Amino acid sequence: MQLIKGGRIVEDGFARVADDAPVPDRLPVIVPAARFLAEADAFAAREAPTGVVWPNDRRVAELAPYLDRLALVGLVFPVFRDGRAFSQARLLRERHGFRGELRATGQVLRDQFLFMLRAGFDAFEVTKDADAAAFAQAARRYSVFYQPTGDGRVTARASRVGRPARDSLERDSLL
Amino acid sequence: MTSPLHQKIKVTGPVVVTANRLTDGAVIYRTASGQWTTELPGAAVVTTSDAAMALLTAARAEGVRVVDAYVAPVDLSHGKPRPGNLRERIRAAGPTIRLPAPEAANVHVCA
Amino acid sequence: MYVHDAFDRRLIAERVEEFRDQVRRRLSGELNEDEFKLLRLLNGVYLQLHAYMLRIGIPYGTLSSAQLRMLAHVARRYDRGYGHFTTRQNIQFHWIKLEDLPDAMADLARVGLHGIQTSGNSVRNVTTDQWAGVAPDEIEDPRVWAEVVRQHVTLHPEFTFMPRKFKIAVGTAAHDRAALRIHDLALRLHRNEAGEAGFEVMVGGGLGRTPFLAKTIKQFLPKHDVLSYVEAVLRTYNQFGRRDNAWKARIKILVHDLGAEAFGREVEQEWQSIKDGALALDDAAVAEIAARFRYPDYERLADDPVELKEARAGDRRFETWHRSAVARHRLPGYAIVTLSLKAEGETPGDATAAQMDAIADLADRYSSGEIRVGHEQNLALPHVRQQDLYPLWRALDAIGVATPNVGLVSDIIACPGLDYCSLANARSIPIAQDLSRRFRDGDLARDLGRLHINISGCINACGHHHVGHIGILGVEKNGEEYYQVTIGGRADEEAELGQLIGPAVPYGEVANVVEDIVAAYVELRERPGEIFIDTVKRIGIEPFKERVHATH
Ligand code: SF4
Repeated sequence: MQLIKGGRIVEDGFARVADDAPVPDRLPVIVPAARFLAEADAFAAREAPTGVVWPNDRRVAELAPYLDRLALVGLVFPVFRDGRAFSQARLLRERHGFRGELRATGQVLRDQFLFMLRAGFDAFEVTKDADAAAFAQAARRYSVFYQPTGDGRVTARASRVGRPARDSLERDSLL
Repeated sequence: MTSPLHQKIKVTGPVVVTANRLTDGAVIYRTASGQWTTELPGAAVVTTSDAAMALLTAARAEGVRVVDAYVAPVDLSHGKPRPGNLRERIRAAGPTIRLPAPEAANVHVCA
Repeated sequence: MYVHDAFDRRLIAERVEEFRDQVRRRLSGELNEDEFKLLRLLNGVYLQLHAYMLRIGIPYGTLSSAQLRMLAHVARRYDRGYGHFTTRQNIQFHWIKLEDLPDAMADLARVGLHGIQTSGNSVRNVTTDQWAGVAPDEIEDPRVWAEVVRQHVTLHPEFTFMPRKFKIAVGTAAHDRAALRIHDLALRLHRNEAGEAGFEVMVGGGLGRTPFLAKTIKQFLPKHDVLSYVEAVLRTYNQFGRRDNAWKARIKILVHDLGAEAFGREVEQEWQSIKDGALALDDAAVAEIAARFRYPDYERLADDPVELKEARAGDRRFETWHRSAVARHRLPGYAIVTLSLKAEGETPGDATAAQMDAIADLADRYSSGEIRVGHEQNLALPHVRQQDLYPLWRALDAIGVATPNVGLVSDIIACPGLDYCSLANARSIPIAQDLSRRFRDGDLARDLGRLHINISGCINACGHHHVGHIGILGVEKNGEEYYQVTIGGRADEEAELGQLIGPAVPYGEVANVVEDIVAAYVELRERPGEIFIDTVKRIGIEPFKERVHATH
């Protein structure tokens, strides 16, 4: 497993802390959701950054009151085909205004990087090393986007309006 | 349907291990020498659960060349193995319906 | 005709290259089959019994002659010289090699065709009325809205890994030719009391093991809110649809479990937060899409030109075909012509490469280069001058697509079934072929009138058997093919699910049972004009049950 951040492979500055393990005071940590909610005030009082891993079957609205004290939210792809965290990511970024690190965890493969970027993820725990190495290429795979999301990429619709469909396009598109 | 790997295989008669070839999807059968053949008569036929499991495990270990290996029944009443059910008959022999004839244009005609 | 622009074409080209890379990674072992399967399905690539299958979507059923020629080319070059049109405005090639798929897709991309999201747990090809833009009874061309939605859901970053597949249909006509209520999400354009057009939104329809007709969750949605509302529905489903059991993962189960009202409230709440955001459509955005649908330069013509009158009076075969295959166009002097892909003894929905090429040529000559694909597995030419009908018919007849059985008992809808499909319990096509021979007598078929037979080889219901007037479902009993027969289903604006007529029967009995049902109908109908489905509605299925039981 490799961590990608800012488009590059980096060392993970956060330590994962299990439910019952002691929390080191001066180190950035990532804790499970239940523990975070149970000890939210204690985590807020820490000096070092705190992150939480939020399960994909729980509404992210529950996390909204705490977002300003969270440095990181990890969302989970238990398997490649389970896309609930895509919705959670967009809600965190676009509705709840979360600005911290949004990390994709679980089964995270090359073929979804661009979707994840578009949904608002900016950090990726990549399952296969070869996929991590191919990150930059995968992130550039497409240059056309039909949907507006919070990532700011310009959509085809925005580019088109005001430009009439040209006859030359018609000719060669119909071949 | 393919039988899931973790399940114990129930074998009540002669069986073979079959799959589809990755590159083109063609129906293939596992041979006794650990190869694959498109001809059912060349397949390794086994009759016990353990032997079927061994054949299947070896076949599945070849993740790249084959897809969805599973155990299928065969009928030995005519000597050489024949497909043991309708699905396998169709897999072995192709659709039961007449397919469109290849086009004349594609056939090389000698004057 | 929709005119692709540079954006549409670039996206498809980028997709082809991505898939080429995925195939390469699969062949080298970098991707395992579980991973690759998910990716290939998102490109319409299945592994069937004998080979790979490629499914190409035909958005809103509209094809140009250049596109149809390209389909013929792919059939010839990469497959076995034919293709199969499905019940969802798709075409399938059943013999394609994995190694050849990237090249085949690159060829298709040159004319804007692709298999993106024709499978997998994504939003599938958005379908609509195959007579869109030419039907006399539509409020406006539904393809504009289908295209607005299609673009939005294509490679949607949030909704490509949903619990299950998601099918959307759009309709704008009084008569539903798009089978709206069997879709996960259906948008029906209608006018409110103030005369404004807006969408009725229906969710949770679908066939399969647990069939449901879609329920209305919003009576009137302003047109410009369509994307935000679709987004809200998809987001609700993506988060809360079941993922623990594939049989319970469709939105219909979520809607059923929550109740349509509660589901609607959840959607409404989500929608309120996004409706005024980036998805609100303005007139310019809609106009931009609408401008890329081109219509022929129609001539000012009158109905029933003398050429047509003479031909109908002088040629009985033509007259018979005309009654069956020609429908009213919204403009006088024009006609919509259905091409039957249901010749006697043939595979429903199959067309050879030679037929496709010939139809493309005829479309150029007689239909402004445009062809339509309907969910009954037939094709149509939407812009034919009535004065050209006679020569067109002769040409269609010569290539075997003028069987005068449109909408009749031998116009059978059938899925590929066990002859191709790895999920099948039983064969569909030979049953259809057998029935088409039994009901070959055109006079009898015309006397029976409108009667839809639908056949599926398993409960996945690709042949829409639940909504066939007579539905036939393949099941398996002790390794043998058996078939359940239902009657009373229909897919139009009065949609109903069929009811079982008795226990399943073996392969050899199916055609006999259907003949008995038809014989019972002839006896039980009130008058010759009462069509089968109306008779069933009037008297229920019991009298039919009794008749079938008496003989089997
Ligand atoms: S209904 Fe079943 S048998 Fe027919 S095509 Fe669909 S999955 Fe295959």
